[in-house]
Amino acid sequence: MSPMSAADLFAFALRALTGQRLRSALSLGGMAIGVAAVVALTALGEGARRYVIDQFASLGTNVLIVVPGKTETTGLPGLAAAARSLTLADARALGRGVAGVEKVAPIAIGNETVAHGARRRQVAVVGATREFLGVRRLTLGHGKFLPAEEIERGSAVVVLGSKVASELFAGEEPVGQAVRIGGWRVRVLGVMAPRGVQLGADIDDMVIVPVATAMRMFDLRSLVRIMVSVRSHAELEAARGAIVRLLAARHREEDVTVLTQDAVVATFSSILGALTMALGAIAAVSLSVAGIGIMNVMLVSVSERTREIGLLRAVGVERRQVLAAFLAQAALLATAGGLLGLAAGTAAVRLLVRLYPALPAAPPAWAVGSALALALGVGLFFGWLPARRAARLDPVAALAGGR
Amino acid sequence: MIRFEGVSRTYELGGRPVHALVEVSEHIRPGEHVAIMGRSGSGKSTLLNIAGCLDRPDSGSYWLDGRAVGTLADRELTAVRRHLVGFVFQSFQLVPRLTAFENVELPMVFAGLPRGERRARAAAALAAVELAERAEHRPDQLSGGERQRVALARATIMRPRLLLADEPTGNLDLASGAQILDLLTGLNAAGLTLVVVTHDPLVARRAGRVIVLVDGRIVRRLASSELSGAADLFSAR
Repeated sequence: MSPMSAADLFAFALRALTGQRLRSALSLGGMAIGVAAVVALTALGEGARRYVIDQFASLGTNVLIVVPGKTETTGLPGLAAAARSLTLADARALGRGVAGVEKVAPIAIGNETVAHGARRRQVAVVGATREFLGVRRLTLGHGKFLPAEEIERGSAVVVLGSKVASELFAGEEPVGQAVRIGGWRVRVLGVMAPRGVQLGADIDDMVIVPVATAMRMFDLRSLVRIMVSVRSHAELEAARGAIVRLLAARHREEDVTVLTQDAVVATFSSILGALTMALGAIAAVSLSVAGIGIMNVMLVSVSERTREIGLLRAVGVERRQVLAAFLAQAALLATAGGLLGLAAGTAAVRLLVRLYPALPAAPPAWAVGSALALALGVGLFFGWLPARRAARLDPVAALAGGR
Repeated sequence: MIRFEGVSRTYELGGRPVHALVEVSEHIRPGEHVAIMGRSGSGKSTLLNIAGCLDRPDSGSYWLDGRAVGTLADRELTAVRRHLVGFVFQSFQLVPRLTAFENVELPMVFAGLPRGERRARAAAALAAVELAERAEHRPDQLSGGERQRVALARATIMRPRLLLADEPTGNLDLASGAQILDLLTGLNAAGLTLVVVTHDPLVARRAGRVIVLVDGRIVRRLASSELSGAADLFSAR
């Protein structure tokens, strides 16, 4: 054991740092930039992840999503090749024959121009049923939503998104009026409440027609998905199995994928988590650059203080004490830089959140912890070589100022 | 205190071996004041470095305070330097960023002495060299003589039994040099064994006896009173 106290060791190291203020400040700045980059970039990645999760969480956890095509359960809806049809008859069968199912919302999607008089707007046309509102947890603004009718009937009616309504009618009351969707003339039943983007679709900038109407309009043979809400989360897995079996029986093969909201969230979460890690790793590279900066400062310090090292050895300072003193100096530099970087990175994230309140950006705790630990580790790693060089100096030669 | 028996030290300089010390045997008793004289390159600094456990002999034996130290490992040599030996250098070797007080305190810091004791001892040591009011000055704010007095306070702060001084007045004017020599002589009178390397007869005359080195060998041993009469001091006999 070295007989010196840690407090004395760090006091000595700190004194050495303040003896070369500019150089210390520069290498400290390098370390601070590295840590700030780790903190800010991982906060961004984490913000994106939370944003997506929040989007899905708005659906509730009792929802199953049936998509055509067989994929891995962790696959994303819509990525599978839609080889097989998912029909309205399938949707009706699900509503009648599966225990635990509360609501079934078949969905078809197209894109068309919606016009009222001279005003026109290109929007997403969603084919849905009355259940759509409940399953997607959306709210009607005023008027009525789609009527309760036989699923295949397909009345010539439409519910407008709030933005579509205001663009096409400009203050006029749309309910009861007629609009044209492509070549189809339909009557406006109601207007959705403003909601913004949900699951990547702008609810305000779409129109909703009965699903059978949409399939006729766009000449679709398959639904894009059927959303199924289940009575309770506990019944989710059972319902999922039942749906797969029922549709397999109807299609004579297992050609659909039933996703749980959990699985979709988990997939997005892991993708964006990996992105966050990648961003963090890139930022960490700048930490190693900062480490080289520290090594440089320490090497200069050792060579400038060669005589001092010789003197220390002459008055009975052990090699390991010299090593410890220089390592302490590097560690102080790295840690101070790390803390400074943490403060700077956090401030940058705060500013970002103020500018874009929708993005819930916050540096994850693991990133903050590992950035600081990494800063210290980098300091010790890159401080090791200079410190060892200092400790190995021959006392006689060092006193003479040489190697 | 110091016993050299057949000590040799050779090192490489520009690829050629330099015989710094050749078969040197010498005995210095506790409390002695000895001057080592010689031209530059005569091996007198090497002798001092080995005596102070900064360097080791290639062959031969060295006893310090009754202990064979020539073969000790680095850690043990370091401990010997810490507790037994003080050094004074021609170029002072003060740490430029530290105050006079901190320079004196330095050996005690690394020896792990408690803070209170360090402060008291450093203050007393500075007072003893009449620099109490210069304690907070850095070396560049001190004169040469003041610097060497700080160095002297530092060299004795661990209460060594042996003080080794390498040209202690070499960078000083006459008055400052005389003051340092007075302090050294006073320490010796108080019982400290003192070995001074010098090429200056004025310094050597203060010693009890003089050893003359030429080309790594001891060629003369004389009382300091014989110095003035000795012509051709550095001839190789």
